Amino acid sequence: MTPITPAHYMILSAALFIIGVIGVMTRRNIIVIFMSIELILNAVNINLIAFSAQVGNAVGQVFAIFVICVAAAEAAVGLGIILAFYRNKETVNIDEMNLMRW
Amino acid sequence: MDLIWLIPLLPGAGAAVNGLAGIRYFSRRTAGLVACSTMAAALALSAWAFVQLLGLPPEARVHDVVLFDWIPATPLRLADGSIGALHVPWKFRLDPLSAMMILVVTGIGFLIHVYSTSYMSDEPRGGVARYFAYLNLFCFFMLTLVLGANYLVMFVGWEGVGLCSYLLIGYWYEKKSAADAGKKAFITNRVGDFGFLLGVFLIFVTFGSFDFREVAAAAAAWPVEASQFGTISLITILLFVGATGKSAQIPLYVWLPDAMEGPTPVSALIHAATMVTAGVYMVGRNAVLFSHAPMTMEVVAIVGVLTALMAASIGLVQTDIKRVLAYSTVSQLGYMFVAMGVGAFAAGAFHLMTHAFFKALLFLCSGAVIHAMAGEQNMLKMGGLKKYMPVTYATMMVGTLAIAGIPPLSGFFSKDEILYRSFLSNKVIWGLAAFAALMTAFYMFRLMSLTFFGAYRGRAWEVAGHHGAVAEAAGHGARHAADPFAHGKAHQVGHEVSHGPADSVQTAHGADPHGHGGHGAWHGPHEAPRPMTFALVVLAIGAVLAGFVGIPTALGGGNAIEHFLEPSFAAPAVHAASAVGGHGEAAPVAETQAAAGLASAEPTGAGAEQAEAAGHAAAGVAHLSRGAEIGLMAFSVLVGLVGILVAWRIYVRRPEISERLAARFAAPHRVLTNKYYVDELYDATVIRGTMGSADGLWTFDRNVVDGAVNGSGWLTIFSSWLSHLLDKYIVDGLVNLVGSVLQESSFVFRRFQTGLIQNYALLMLFGVFAFVSVYLLVW
Repeated sequence: MTPITPAHYMILSAALFIIGVIGVMTRRNIIVIFMSIELILNAVNINLIAFSAQVGNAVGQVFAIFVICVAAAEAAVGLGIILAFYRNKETVNIDEMNLMRW
Repeated sequence: MDLIWLIPLLPGAGAAVNGLAGIRYFSRRTAGLVACSTMAAALALSAWAFVQLLGLPPEARVHDVVLFDWIPATPLRLADGSIGALHVPWKFRLDPLSAMMILVVTGIGFLIHVYSTSYMSDEPRGGVARYFAYLNLFCFFMLTLVLGANYLVMFVGWEGVGLCSYLLIGYWYEKKSAADAGKKAFITNRVGDFGFLLGVFLIFVTFGSFDFREVAAAAAAWPVEASQFGTISLITILLFVGATGKSAQIPLYVWLPDAMEGPTPVSALIHAATMVTAGVYMVGRNAVLFSHAPMTMEVVAIVGVLTALMAASIGLVQTDIKRVLAYSTVSQLGYMFVAMGVGAFAAGAFHLMTHAFFKALLFLCSGAVIHAMAGEQNMLKMGGLKKYMPVTYATMMVGTLAIAGIPPLSGFFSKDEILYRSFLSNKVIWGLAAFAALMTAFYMFRLMSLTFFGAYRGRAWEVAGHHGAVAEAAGHGARHAADPFAHGKAHQVGHEVSHGPADSVQTAHGADPHGHGGHGAWHGPHEAPRPMTFALVVLAIGAVLAGFVGIPTALGGGNAIEHFLEPSFAAPAVHAASAVGGHGEAAPVAETQAAAGLASAEPTGAGAEQAEAAGHAAAGVAHLSRGAEIGLMAFSVLVGLVGILVAWRIYVRRPEISERLAARFAAPHRVLTNKYYVDELYDATVIRGTMGSADGLWTFDRNVVDGAVNGSGWLTIFSSWLSHLLDKYIVDGLVNLVGSVLQESSFVFRRFQTGLIQNYALLMLFGVFAFVSVYLLVW
């Protein structure tokens, strides 16, 4: 059985990140896009934890904790915006959200 | 005498009380009482002052009272370049002439006030107070006029009486003819006043003073302008223009007959006895100036005699009782100016006084007749009134004989004096004046005949038996319906009746306690009530006695009034320091005499002597023999008698003659009836001319002045429109251009901003890939 090397973590993290980016780019439901963003953030977290363990420095783990905090706050604000939008427009389709045009 | 300032002020106070409070609060009786009591007090004061004046020696009979400084001293440049002082105190002066005038004004004024209390008793309550306020105000101004010691105080009175005349002529202002007559009187007077004012200005720049005595003293030093028309002649002509306006002489006499639209007592007081004599008084006041201008004197005499003739001839054919008297007044005023013009100033003033008595009397009698006839003024509708109103008949006969110049009534003495003096001066003027006297006697007796003699020609009246209240009311109503000449109608037609609707109501209620007084229901001609007959009788006594103060020397009298008045017409000896000096040696001489405390009436200085000489020269030969004088008197009495007899023959004995005469001389009769078409002439020339030029000015105003204003307005609008175009298309255009350029050019770039987050994220992703690729592949 091969030992788990940083390369494995890197591959997993990259895969998660790619899945997240593709989700953000392609999906139309804003909830799904939101979840994809969480995937991206967690891909970064995996990277941070993996290198922290590898190097033997706890700073990476502390950073990951911060990312999780920010993600939680972001989730609260984002879901609030989505709810407000839904109340006005009766939809969560990202194509309808073109208010920031000229 | 120090109280003379109260004499004008008392009626002034009466006017203020009646005018401010009386119109609203006073009863007819109270208003009349206030007005009469002020006049009575003024009369008493005047009489007292007169007695005091008589107590002084003749040369000291001048008393000045300064009330206050009206215009404080101000330096002013005079005509000859020297600097004079314009200083006008509000000063009253009592001298023989003004003493006579205040007695006439307050005496006759008082009687007319008393008469008015009865005559105006049918007016509404406020109207009576208004009437008395005007009448008192008139007396205030008239007394100011005659007491004023300088031209400006006199001018205040002069204008004030004109105003009151206007107010009183237009007293029944609802009646258009009365309002028009008031305007006519006022405007005609304004023409004369303009001349008067110019004369006063010229007096000041010439003599440097407004005071009568100072001016007279200064003028006495001037040479008599016998050959050339100089400054004094110009001054006197201008003053005379003022006198023609106020005293109704040719060419400004036209207002006086129309002024008969006013109440009859007003005609008696203002348009017969007092105001119209103001012009005569003013000429007399300036006797020194006038005697220095023989040319003006000639003009005065000629205008006077022409006016006397013309007015008397018009009076021959008038049928309105008051108009006959009005033309008679104009004619008699002409007489007074004849006297002034021939230098007989005292005779003119004497005639002024006697005329005031008998003409006021005649007017008041005519008022009583009109009152009795319930407003009828047409003499052809009267006749036979002698038996209905004996007092009025008797007193009017006295007045008629007085004006006709029958001795020993007052008119004889004064008229004869004028005729005598004009005979000395100019035989032609004497002849014309005597002819006017003939006509006077004729038309006055015609008036008497038509009014009091013969058969009654008026409308029928309600006979007795209608005195019951109900019957009265019924008869009243029925008569109104049936008789077009009924009283209420007569009011509209414009006869002088003063009974308002309140009167009819009263009558309809049967509340007519007086047997005679019901003008709403007329019971035929009747004698006037007591206050009216009282005034008539007193005036009749005055008309009889007034002449005795001036019995000529030829008849054994002393001609007291002439001696009394003479100082007022001579140059006074006040020192001429404040007047213009440097005219001969007159000033120093006068000063010496003044220093000696001698206010002598004798001529002083070379110039004054000259003037005196000229006065005598103008009178031609000094005197006629006594026999000739008596012959002249007999002639003038004869003239009067002839006039009376002719009128008697024509109008009483054989009334049909007058119609035959009128038919035979149709053309002259028509000219006379139409008053020589003078009103028409003035209408065609002066009035049309004024209206035409006013129209022209209005057209100019409308087209040129308004055109200029409108043009500038239009120009402003046009230029602002241009500015608006500039703003809109050039300034705004530039701003919009910038905007639209930016807008159009931004069209391409706008495409990138879809508003879809995913697009942006995709682009970011591509950018990251690009950067990473560049990093990995190139470096």
